[in-house]
Amino acid sequence: MSRNANNTKDDTHTIAVLVENKFGVLAKVASLFSARGYNIDSLCVGVTQDPSVSRITLVTRGDAKVLEQIRKHLSKLIDTFKVMDMGETDSVEREMILIKISAPKAARPEIFQIIDVFRGRVVDVSTDTITVEVTGDEGKIHAILNLLQPFGIKEIARTGKVALTRGAKTLKGAKN
Amino acid sequence: MELNGSQIMIEELKAAGIEMAFGIPGGAIMPFYDELLKADFPHILTRHEQGAAHMADGYARVSGKVAIVVTTSGPGATNLITGLANAQMDSVPLVAITGQVATNMIGTDAFQEADVYGCSIPVTKFNWLIKDVNEIQHVTREAIRVATTGRPGPVLIDFPKDIQITNTVYTPRESAESPLPAPREYPELDTEGIDKLLAAIERAERPVIIGGAGIIKSGASAELAKFAKAAGIPVINTLLGLGGFPGTNELFLGMPGMHGTAYANFALCECDLLINLGARFDDRVTGKVSSFCPKATIAHVDIDDAEIDKRVHTHIPILGNVRDVLSALNEHLRPGDYDEWRQTWTDWKENYPLQYDWDGSIKPQYVIDQIQEITEGNGIYVTGVGQHQMWAAQFIRFNEPKTWVTSGGLGTMGFGLPAAIGAKFARPEKDVWLIDGDGSFAMTLVELATAATYNVPVKVAILNNAYLGMVRQWQELFFEKRYSHSHYPENPDFGTIAEGYGVKGINVTDVNEVRNSLETAAEHDGPVVLNFLVNKEENVWPMVPAGAGNDEMQLAPPSREAKS
Repeated sequence: MSRNANNTKDDTHTIAVLVENKFGVLAKVASLFSARGYNIDSLCVGVTQDPSVSRITLVTRGDAKVLEQIRKHLSKLIDTFKVMDMGETDSVEREMILIKISAPKAARPEIFQIIDVFRGRVVDVSTDTITVEVTGDEGKIHAILNLLQPFGIKEIARTGKVALTRGAKTLKGAKN
Repeated sequence: MELNGSQIMIEELKAAGIEMAFGIPGGAIMPFYDELLKADFPHILTRHEQGAAHMADGYARVSGKVAIVVTTSGPGATNLITGLANAQMDSVPLVAITGQVATNMIGTDAFQEADVYGCSIPVTKFNWLIKDVNEIQHVTREAIRVATTGRPGPVLIDFPKDIQITNTVYTPRESAESPLPAPREYPELDTEGIDKLLAAIERAERPVIIGGAGIIKSGASAELAKFAKAAGIPVINTLLGLGGFPGTNELFLGMPGMHGTAYANFALCECDLLINLGARFDDRVTGKVSSFCPKATIAHVDIDDAEIDKRVHTHIPILGNVRDVLSALNEHLRPGDYDEWRQTWTDWKENYPLQYDWDGSIKPQYVIDQIQEITEGNGIYVTGVGQHQMWAAQFIRFNEPKTWVTSGGLGTMGFGLPAAIGAKFARPEKDVWLIDGDGSFAMTLVELATAATYNVPVKVAILNNAYLGMVRQWQELFFEKRYSHSHYPENPDFGTIAEGYGVKGINVTDVNEVRNSLETAAEHDGPVVLNFLVNKEENVWPMVPAGAGNDEMQLAPPSREAKS
């Protein structure tokens, strides 16, 4: 697998950061991006198996040189334990999306078929809509959104990407 | 023993060896100030919080020690922001302690509330908001450690009023445990990088050293002198590196970049090996990066990984403390043969000296020359920001490190007077001269009251051209002499203002009185303001226009006659 196998475009980076689980840390991490005019495409924060440590997974796009700067500054933050560009390792990444689709009776069989192929799960049904939950990598999410588009997507909510390295290696044990 | 939050913090500050505090009290910090009365270190009451921050900054640059800056919440704390940003840019340690509204009031737009934690994130090395009295011991220790180790910098502790008066059991401890990873301030010596650099030095024909603030902060001046002399490699000092190498040494090439010496910039353009020791390749040094040191292998020693490869691609990166790296270099140094190169840069020094003309008006460079003469380079020299700062950097020949206090990265006008007061507190036995511009001086001149109150005998030389001189220079050169809002035709009488503050003030209008007035100031037992009405249209030369390469440097108009 190539070095950037997980980065669909060359300038897209998935960065995982282990930080102290404390107020203000996220603001400090985010400010490193805003100070350089960089948008965060997706951001996912949650506590880890160690309750004092949170894992931030964020996706951003940009010039490799600037991202290297951001990575170094992330490492410098006093309450950062570990930083990793997930694109530099063999990793598995997932995102969950909730999609609310216009679903008049006539269209439902076809919609259900698509959901089935993508191993989605219907989580809510009303007279006019269906809400479906789909988990997958960026490509899969993109594909189902494309297929459902013609029926009329009323609303979506995405969790943002999370990622783990494959195999026994963990971020905590990985070298910066 | 049971103590309140304020008492605990002061115990910790004392234990850490804090010797100096600057600040102004207000509502949300009063309990802490009440306890400060019993602290065994002095507190200097300033007139503006920015002044307090710059005083602590000047104090730290000269003493190498960290001071605390104390302000109240809201406006007291927001007034600090410029001072913090200035210290952050120049890697100067200081510990700010700001009062905050009580924890149950935070976020309610309470009186004098500001999100100081949020405001200070980008202008500090690190910051804390204390929400529990039991965090104080750890946070205070951590704050001082973070400020003073690795690449130093300012830190801020936001201290809510209710926590200041909450009691808890306090146990002084030898070492407070830190849940955080061990500090990474002194990376292991990169022997591989050092070997590469040694080989490059041996191979080089035209090597040059550029020494930055890292030389001064790591205490590497002696090692640098040994290295440069043994190798016979000339030394350039950046603005913040001045004093890191003796200004009178034949190997010294002065300052590089926008207002650097011609010979420093020539050397950068022609060298085949650039050894950067603790400088961060600031844009004012490099000019256009694509034409920076075009022929050179670039080695960069820095304590901060984030500085390496930031702006200039480095062939030999060495992460480490400059002093340690220099010691290792000195041990194994095998210099090459640089005789031809020596001849080249010696000729440049001779043929392109710094100069200014002599027309009967008071030339700002002349005043600086005279200050240099009467102090014999043994004073401490402080500046504001602008033309006067560049002239001071060019014309003063520093004998030792930590005798030059100037705002480099942020370029903070108004830095001078408070920084000079802080410097004098740090080294009372030294003559402290502030070389300032009228624009810079006016921004913080209120601290003359502090100099008068505490009888801090700083000597102020205002090079008063009634312009924002550097703006005026750029307008003359790049905006076809459209002097948009850079002129202060109704400048106040700074001599009289000084007298109003209880400070000796002298206006000097005649060039023949320059020397006398400087001597009078030097002998006066107390602070003095000398207001020199200098030539209004003097420009700083040489100059590399903003965005241009160092090879596009403009020398002073060659037709002008040099001062004999």
